[in-house]
Amino acid sequence: MPPDPLVVARGLRKSYGTARRPVTVLDGVDLTLHRGEVLALLGPNGAGKTTTVRILSTLLRPDAGTATVAGHDLLTAPARVREVISLTGQYAAVDEKLSGRENLAVMGRLAHLPRRTARRRVDELLDAFDLGDAADRRISTYSGGMRRRLDLAAGLLRRPQVLFLDEPTTGLDPRSRQTMWEVIRDVIAEGTSLFLTTQYLEEADQLAHRIALIDGGRVVAEGTPEELKRRVGDAGVELTFATAALAATSAAALAEHGATHEGDVVRLPTDGSLAHVRSLLTAIEKAGVTPEHWEVRAPTLDDVFLTLTGRAARARDTDPSDQEAAA
Amino acid sequence: MSAIHSPDTHAETVGRRIRYAASELTTMSGRSLRLVRRDPDELLISLVLPITIMLLFVYVFGGAIQSGTDYVTYATPGVILLCAGYGASNTAIAVNQDMTTGTMDRFRSMPIASAAVLVGHIVASVVKNLVTTAMVLGVAALIGFRPDANALEWLGAIAMIAGYILAITCLAAFVGVIVRGPAAAGGFGFFMLFAPYVSSAFVPPETMPSWLRGFAEQQPVTPVIETIRGLLVGLGSDAAPVTDLGGTAAIAVGWCAVFTVLGLVAASWAFARQRR
Repeated sequence: MPPDPLVVARGLRKSYGTARRPVTVLDGVDLTLHRGEVLALLGPNGAGKTTTVRILSTLLRPDAGTATVAGHDLLTAPARVREVISLTGQYAAVDEKLSGRENLAVMGRLAHLPRRTARRRVDELLDAFDLGDAADRRISTYSGGMRRRLDLAAGLLRRPQVLFLDEPTTGLDPRSRQTMWEVIRDVIAEGTSLFLTTQYLEEADQLAHRIALIDGGRVVAEGTPEELKRRVGDAGVELTFATAALAATSAAALAEHGATHEGDVVRLPTDGSLAHVRSLLTAIEKAGVTPEHWEVRAPTLDDVFLTLTGRAARARDTDPSDQEAAA
Repeated sequence: MSAIHSPDTHAETVGRRIRYAASELTTMSGRSLRLVRRDPDELLISLVLPITIMLLFVYVFGGAIQSGTDYVTYATPGVILLCAGYGASNTAIAVNQDMTTGTMDRFRSMPIASAAVLVGHIVASVVKNLVTTAMVLGVAALIGFRPDANALEWLGAIAMIAGYILAITCLAAFVGVIVRGPAAAGGFGFFMLFAPYVSSAFVPPETMPSWLRGFAEQQPVTPVIETIRGLLVGLGSDAAPVTDLGGTAAIAVGWCAVFTVLGLVAASWAFARQRR
């Protein structure tokens, strides 16, 4: 199937704040989502994920740059763009005092579906999203996971060509997250193209065909989950030492194995294979390094950033000195 | 900016557009009304509060206030406006809730007239507050309020009350769009709870110090109250028949129209401004 670009963004810029002290949120974002594809925009808090989604879903105007959705220009034809997209934002857009069915019914009427079609579609969605039993209960009695599922369903009364999901599982417990992923997979299977933002590498890995890493308002790396993971290493051997000083000298001793350290922890990248872990353990023994504790850990978002950008992710709320230490 | 309003070039007929817009309006109004019905606490407060105030005025202060007539007859129009104004001001909270949760983002990203959500809240507010007004009138009748209005005068009084509710609601909608949180939105209700006091609502302005009397006689609430009073009981604030009911009513309607338009224009301006 030849690639058919559905969402194309070029050089998106956005700043907030005053003219004298602007805060740049997007610093030239280029993105392409092809038809039938799932693209995950992966990054820490404050990287510009939500702003990107808000621009692409016509809620916000970029200061500069261009974007089209299904061939419609965001700036000159936002009404046409709205006809083909659906947005489920980070904050639930459902009415607490209404039942799940009532919420969906409102969305059905706003989608101008014929009455009977709407009713059928509501039932269909309630079933598909595992909300059939709770359909007539008020949302205020729903769990966090149920609320997110209903919120997602509310955006699907009219079948959109592009679905924007802004951090669909942030704040959910692991089990609700799994259920949400299953639901999202079903939506993808129906042929909806998905633009997803997330802070979780695992989520991007689970759902996306392609991942774009965003940091400081720029896309810093892009590729399939496999490509990115190959570059990061699948996992890491983590050694915890009694003191940070000991960790630092140990990291130096293991430098040829790509050791990095932060606080009292030293991390050695690995593909997770038995042979490689064993060779690392041998190297550790040979170096005469004696950690208090060790474990093999899957890569985190931090590892991805560290490997692909050479420094830790710039979370907005971290101390600047931390960044220097990591860099 | 003009780009947003560029004419739609595709073959959508104007007729369908209008039909869709009408259906979006009724859907949003239905939603808002249902939300009101599902919030018995708020409904109760906007009812209990004015009735308490009425009982307080009639039985506690009433004896000391020389209004030149039965005090319940004097105070009821004021209590009605207090109730309606406060109830209408709660629209600010309802609107603000939509603005600060993801609800408005969702509506704005849909191919609908998203301002319909504001109109929905306005319609619901008018309906809700006319119902609470009827209840306040019921209680007033129980404690001795005896209006002598004919059907036409009743109609006029109800229209006046509805106009007042509409005006306050539209201002409240604007407040709801611009403030940052529900607490600030609630502040408007506090203001509307007190605005009627410095008017002819509870005491004749002639009893106030002259500097305050000027304000009380001229402020928008007073002609509205005098109009309702004139229509329902045929008496003005000095217990004499209202001499120029037509003129007072014109001023009252004028004020309501001004605030309605002002509120609507400001609210839609602030609403459109969100997309920056």
